[in-house]
Amino acid sequence: MRTVLDFEKPIAELDANIEALKRLTAEQGIDKSEQIAALEQDRERLLREIFRNLTPWDRTLLARHPQRPYTLDYIRAIFDDFIELHGDRQFGDDGAIVGGMAWLNDKPVMVIGQQKGRDLKERQRRNFGMAKPEGYRKALRLMYLAEKFGRPVVTFIDTPAADPGVESESRGISEAIARNLREMMLLRVPIVSVVIGEGGSGGALGIAVADRVLMQEYAIYSVIPPEGCAAILWRDAKRAPEAAEALRLTAHDAQRLGVVDEVVEEPLGGAHRDPLAAAQRVKEALLRHLAPLQKLSVSKLRESRYERYRNLGVWRVAVE
Amino acid sequence: MQRGWFARRSPAERVAMDEMNDAWVKCNGCQQILFARDFERNLKVCPRCGHHHRLSARERIDLLADADTFVERDAEVVSADPLGFPEYADKLSRGRANSGLPEAIVSGVCNLSGIPIVLAVADFAFMGGSMGSAVGEKVARAMEYALEQRLPVVICSTSGGARMQEGLLSLMQMAKTCAAAARLHEAGVPYISVLTDPTMAGVLASYASVGDVVIAEPGALVGFAGQRVAQQAQVVKPPPNFQTAEFQLEHGMVDIVVPRKELKHTLHRILRFFTGG
Ligand SMILES: [Zn+2]
Repeated sequence: MRTVLDFEKPIAELDANIEALKRLTAEQGIDKSEQIAALEQDRERLLREIFRNLTPWDRTLLARHPQRPYTLDYIRAIFDDFIELHGDRQFGDDGAIVGGMAWLNDKPVMVIGQQKGRDLKERQRRNFGMAKPEGYRKALRLMYLAEKFGRPVVTFIDTPAADPGVESESRGISEAIARNLREMMLLRVPIVSVVIGEGGSGGALGIAVADRVLMQEYAIYSVIPPEGCAAILWRDAKRAPEAAEALRLTAHDAQRLGVVDEVVEEPLGGAHRDPLAAAQRVKEALLRHLAPLQKLSVSKLRESRYERYRNLGVWRVAVE
Repeated sequence: MQRGWFARRSPAERVAMDEMNDAWVKCNGCQQILFARDFERNLKVCPRCGHHHRLSARERIDLLADADTFVERDAEVVSADPLGFPEYADKLSRGRANSGLPEAIVSGVCNLSGIPIVLAVADFAFMGGSMGSAVGEKVARAMEYALEQRLPVVICSTSGGARMQEGLLSLMQMAKTCAAAARLHEAGVPYISVLTDPTMAGVLASYASVGDVVIAEPGALVGFAGQRVAQQAQVVKPPPNFQTAEFQLEHGMVDIVVPRKELKHTLHRILRFFTGG
């Protein structure tokens, strides 16, 4: 079933009308091309209008849109000959993080990303994109493999959070994330991360320490979900839209804060309206950022990665 | 410590009670009334049930640093309000008032039983010890100074996690502190992480978990997700000791659980292993 967000409804109506006219043309040979063209123009005008005025909460809903392309969709669209590799070699294989070998044009790269599920069954198998310790450990194993053979790493970020349950706690979810943060800092090959949907706090960061962090236009990146923030601040999760505003979780906010290097534009109406066009833009950005990184010496690469994170944060100097 | 256990009394009685309150405290563990003097002398550990009550940063520095050796560093690094976040400015002033500190962590150099170290200690009374940009900066600077001087690092954490009020910038302190820890790791500079009640979320999932040795205090709350979130997510029923120091020990995430009265001595023995011989 397709989900239509409230602010998408007028567009969905036009979509349906255009679709109906096209069917009429196809089935009964009645030429409706003029009407179709007019409606398509209306739709474009409406899309521009609506998407010019999106609130941070609208963007949160877009980032979580059930039709939004997920990691495996981008992998299929961007890379050639993807070979998925499974398991952390310690406990199991976590469906919430996928990874493997792939070709970006003529360049072999290791691709890793959080994976949400499309239908109920897959959602459960992927645990809604919430990785357990074995997911983070699988990711790290693949990064070491990439390092061993001098292949750059590309990660796709799309998770509400790391899995918070008893199992994850028992197997050291905090340790798994913390270790990744440290080891990604030391990795001897380039890393580029792309936030493609929800950048959910530590769970996202656990595979997102990189030389370049890119973020799609309607993705979000936050220290806490707006609902959780509202519950703490005002004891009312329904005030999430206000919290989304306060948290500065949009792509442009993340760029202003220095957390993200480039905001990758999405097709009009969001990536889900044209997944292939969205993927093409991500691919172009990946190629553009990977090329200069691959020319750097290992020491220069790691030095600038260190500086990138070392300089993040805003504090003040107290005057006595 | 719960003081004021006779709140509804006449003013005269209350004065008398306040004096008594200075003499008595109630244990958060067994609810018994204890002599304040005994309690303090016992490092705020209940002599009856062994419950470890929270220490302020200053109290813990007094516990670990040799007398008059602690020299504070980077005290001028304090929180700003980079996002103009609702109520943050008020919370910062309340944090300063509650803790008597300019920021949620105190860092510096000292001797521990004669061994020079870099020591950083968080204080829960300052916004729950949460990590914003200033805390991240102080931790990173402490580690960088330790690297430069080749001094071992001891960090005592107590924190609810990353500080929500600085948004993504707080999240990035996880990466920043782990970056500094990565350099210590590569250079072979010892780093001992001490988890005290509570050490949670963004702090546990960053620098607090990557120590060469990870110590926890008995009974300390140590975990990833807040209890409420963890409960909601439960498919498996949490065991009674869920997210305690003992639970983490049992599951291999903590090296040793050390009672407070042995903490300094244990740290000394570990530091000697790394630096002596
Ligand atoms: Zn007691």
